[in-house]
Amino acid sequence: MLYREAGDFKSTYPSDNQTFPIRFDRYAYWALIGFAFLVVPFLLTDYWANSIVIPLLIYVIAALGLNILIGYCGQLSLGTGAFMAVGAYATFKLTTAFPWMPIYIVFILAGLVTAAVGVLFGLPSLKIKGFYLAVATLAAQFFLIWLFTRVGWFFNDSATGMISMPERTVFGVLVTGPAASAMAVYMTCLVFVVGMAWLARNLTRGTVGRTWMSIRDMDIAAEIIGVNPLIAKLTAFAVSSFFVGVAGALLFGVYLGAAEAGEAFGINKSFLVLFMVIIGGLGSILGSFLGAAFLIVLPVLLKVFLVDALGWPADLARHLEVMIIGALIVLVLIVEPHGMAALWRTAKEKLRLWPFPH
Amino acid sequence: MSDTVLFAFEAAINGLTVGIMYSLVALGFVLIFKASGIFNFAQGVMALFAALTLVGLQEGAIPFAHLINATFGTSIHHFGFNIPTLIAIPLTIAVMVGFAWLVERIVLKHLVNQEPIILFMATIGLAYFLEGLGDIMWGAEVKRLDVGLPQGGNIWFEENTQWLGFGNENFYGFYIDTLNLYALVIAAILVTALVIFSQYTKQGRALRAVADDHQAALSVGISLRFIWVLTWSIAGIVALVAGIMWGSKSGVQFSLSLIALKALPVLILGGFTSIPGAIVGGLLIGVGEKLFDFFMQPIIGGATENWFAYMLALAFLLFRPQGLFGEKIIERV
Amino acid sequence: MTVEQREQVPMLDTQTEGYVTADGRQIGGVVMELKNITLRFGGVVAIKDISFDIRHGEIRAIIGPNGAGKSSMLNVISGFYNPQEGELIYKGYKRPQMRPYKVSRMGIARTFQNIALFEGMSVLDNIMTGRMHHMKAGFLSQAFWWGAAAREEAENREAVEKIIDFLEIQAIRKTPVSRLPYGLKKRVELARALAAEPQILLLDEPMAGMNVEEKEDMSRFILDVNDEFGTTTVLIEHDMGVVMDLSDRVVVMDYGKKIGDGTPEEVMNNQDVIDAYLGVSHD
Ligand SMILES: Nc1ncnc2c1ncn2[C@@H]1O[C@H](COP(=O)(O)OP(=O)(O)OP(=O)(O)O)[C@@H](O)[C@H]1O
Ligand SMILES: [Mg+2]
Repeated sequence: MLYREAGDFKSTYPSDNQTFPIRFDRYAYWALIGFAFLVVPFLLTDYWANSIVIPLLIYVIAALGLNILIGYCGQLSLGTGAFMAVGAYATFKLTTAFPWMPIYIVFILAGLVTAAVGVLFGLPSLKIKGFYLAVATLAAQFFLIWLFTRVGWFFNDSATGMISMPERTVFGVLVTGPAASAMAVYMTCLVFVVGMAWLARNLTRGTVGRTWMSIRDMDIAAEIIGVNPLIAKLTAFAVSSFFVGVAGALLFGVYLGAAEAGEAFGINKSFLVLFMVIIGGLGSILGSFLGAAFLIVLPVLLKVFLVDALGWPADLARHLEVMIIGALIVLVLIVEPHGMAALWRTAKEKLRLWPFPH
Repeated sequence: MSDTVLFAFEAAINGLTVGIMYSLVALGFVLIFKASGIFNFAQGVMALFAALTLVGLQEGAIPFAHLINATFGTSIHHFGFNIPTLIAIPLTIAVMVGFAWLVERIVLKHLVNQEPIILFMATIGLAYFLEGLGDIMWGAEVKRLDVGLPQGGNIWFEENTQWLGFGNENFYGFYIDTLNLYALVIAAILVTALVIFSQYTKQGRALRAVADDHQAALSVGISLRFIWVLTWSIAGIVALVAGIMWGSKSGVQFSLSLIALKALPVLILGGFTSIPGAIVGGLLIGVGEKLFDFFMQPIIGGATENWFAYMLALAFLLFRPQGLFGEKIIERV
Repeated sequence: MTVEQREQVPMLDTQTEGYVTADGRQIGGVVMELKNITLRFGGVVAIKDISFDIRHGEIRAIIGPNGAGKSSMLNVISGFYNPQEGELIYKGYKRPQMRPYKVSRMGIARTFQNIALFEGMSVLDNIMTGRMHHMKAGFLSQAFWWGAAAREEAENREAVEKIIDFLEIQAIRKTPVSRLPYGLKKRVELARALAAEPQILLLDEPMAGMNVEEKEDMSRFILDVNDEFGTTTVLIEHDMGVVMDLSDRVVVMDYGKKIGDGTPEEVMNNQDVIDAYLGVSHD
């Protein structure tokens, strides 16, 4: 009887329009935030941080970004990997060129650089749609990666062709480089996730979000009723790339520490994030969290069960994982095109009516 | 003739033979797109899977041997006999038809009225599934595929093109893999067969009817589901041909499925609904990327093949969104 | 002159002459005038040299058999099609070729023959999208949900709620549009157009496929909108009864040509019109 909507009436429009209209959800949300900020940092072991928690947080940001583009604005992109690379390489260039620059500012600037590149490659979306656009984003994917591996300026002509992250501190605490503590890295990622999820929520609840969705649902009608497609699409590309760029910056800056464009940000990254968005739920912020969590946890689970417990060879487990993910994508699209988020919503509706289902 | 021109020619010929591969994969795309409006991302992986199956059958490998060994601690790999190529190929075709049937049953049937973009993403899922399945079924190591096609350079071609050097001392004639000449011939036969099939058989006419107008075709009693199984089967056979070509040349390996991606720009050039378009587009891109790389290498560095096709397609899209041979799309409300 | 400046030009000069309808409504001057419009699609001539005008506050019907070019005419008005010939005078100024979203910004809203709602959004969001021009909060304000963004959202929600009450769709405001039955969708589409508070409202067969009761409701809404807000309305409709009841003046089209123009009675007695409708099946 805790989870109730009845008696929870809204008397003003803003309160009817808030993020968690049901009181119980609101409490749960604050409890979760409190837990993430105040409890998790002290429980976190290096294993958990590196294999699950930190990649999860970083991919949540990437998934949020791609979801804005595909799920909200309906523009398919297969160039996520390359845009993450832009964020990573911008981070590298900025930290090495301006060593005094605070690292959080660097991450944000890296996001902005990516946004600019995203807009550039988003321009074709004004003329082309659907999978035609997918091909245009593939151009971004392959061209940018080629650029980053071929042009010495981008990796400061390092002999290995890799970029590596110098050490940086925030308030005296080391957050980048191999010596940074799991707690510092975790807190950095958490701050970005919370901040960016909040931005995403704000942008999708108001006019900007509605113009995106109108383009997604019926672009011609949207233009006739007054949506400027140029602005709608380019803002979607910009915001999406900003998110993806920050994710790439974090992935390189605080997680990998060193990277080579082709390996770390290849086309498979694009697909990974795309799958997170599809499985989690197109057009849903919660879905981006669920999808990222699912695809980060799945391989770890498979490894623990199949490789560690049953003694399978690692590559076999990996092939099985590829197969499972593929099957899941098809399954989700057939059963519930809005992914885990929609399943969650349905479950909640059931719960809300329980024990009187009518 | 000067060295540069001759080398450029050689690059172009090289490109032509890669282009045939692109064309073949693109051909599979077009077939499925015409009949069902589905943009089948899995076409390249289908080629990989078909080639893997063919090799597996030829060698008498036990399917899922790795999986069985890992679960039961056994150590089995082969049945102990080889299947002759002439039997293995029909068997592989049967597998591809079975796959087509399963795809229709399990996937397409449930996604009939979805938007194209959803269907496209579903085929990406399918591609991943099939890739994982192929690796688990037959093992992931690079395999040699030999169906008896001759290997190595073609002496005859080389000798008979030497005069093109017009007295250039350094020129011994163009080098070309014999295999590629075969590929050219086989591709031509395949396209001819397809044309004959679609013009002169009952199923072929049904296929064209569906491609022209879904509703009308349905109303005269053509079974859409049958047509889908049919097109996916044909696409499977085309994939097998592509798989054999590529596999004989560079071994059966994952890179094969990456060709699927190159087929996308090919389709943009050729148009999604045009069979000649797929062929011409494939050749254009194959030649284009080799020539571009040849001339640009000294200036901007090599490996431009990675992106040239996509950039070309992108530039092209901006001016002619419907492709070279495609029909213009008119939007209405 | 920029679009904004042009909008500020007073409409006085177009409001000189008007007329009073049978039921005593004052109809104003010409707001929009279409002059010799010709629209071709390749070989097909969808509109052939058509001229007519729309007066302030009137309900102007366009009728004609299927394929006559009625929807194409609305598409010309909303800027989706560019006619090869002819000009369109809006509020006394020749309108240059412009993108549809700019046209809509100049006070022209519409519904579509084949419902064009945003299926993935709720009823409320659909209608709020129609209000876009009344919301000016900048991008950053929205991103941080500071100041203007939150305030505007609440203000415009209020305006939208009025329309929701007016069209009696309170119960479905949070429902995803895709779950609504056809008749309600048509109503939501009208709501979305009204939300823009347009000066000219274009309705493309708003009652197609409805039963008698639904048609009566819709007719009432159209009349009420016209009465309460004085919205100029252009209406395409096949049901002659509805046209006779609602409209002040009627343009009749056939094969892209104008074959009649006048009050419903005049048009009904026009021999060309009778001929055009004879033997032509329409619903
Ligand atoms: N985008 C387009 N491309 C080509 N032809 C078109 C296009 N839009 C309309 N037409 C043609 O223009 C003519 C008029 O069409 P329109 O839709 O305006 O007719 P209508 O009067 O609205 O008919 P209905 O009563 O059936 O809605 C038709 O012959 C139609 O096929
Ligand atoms: Mg019409």
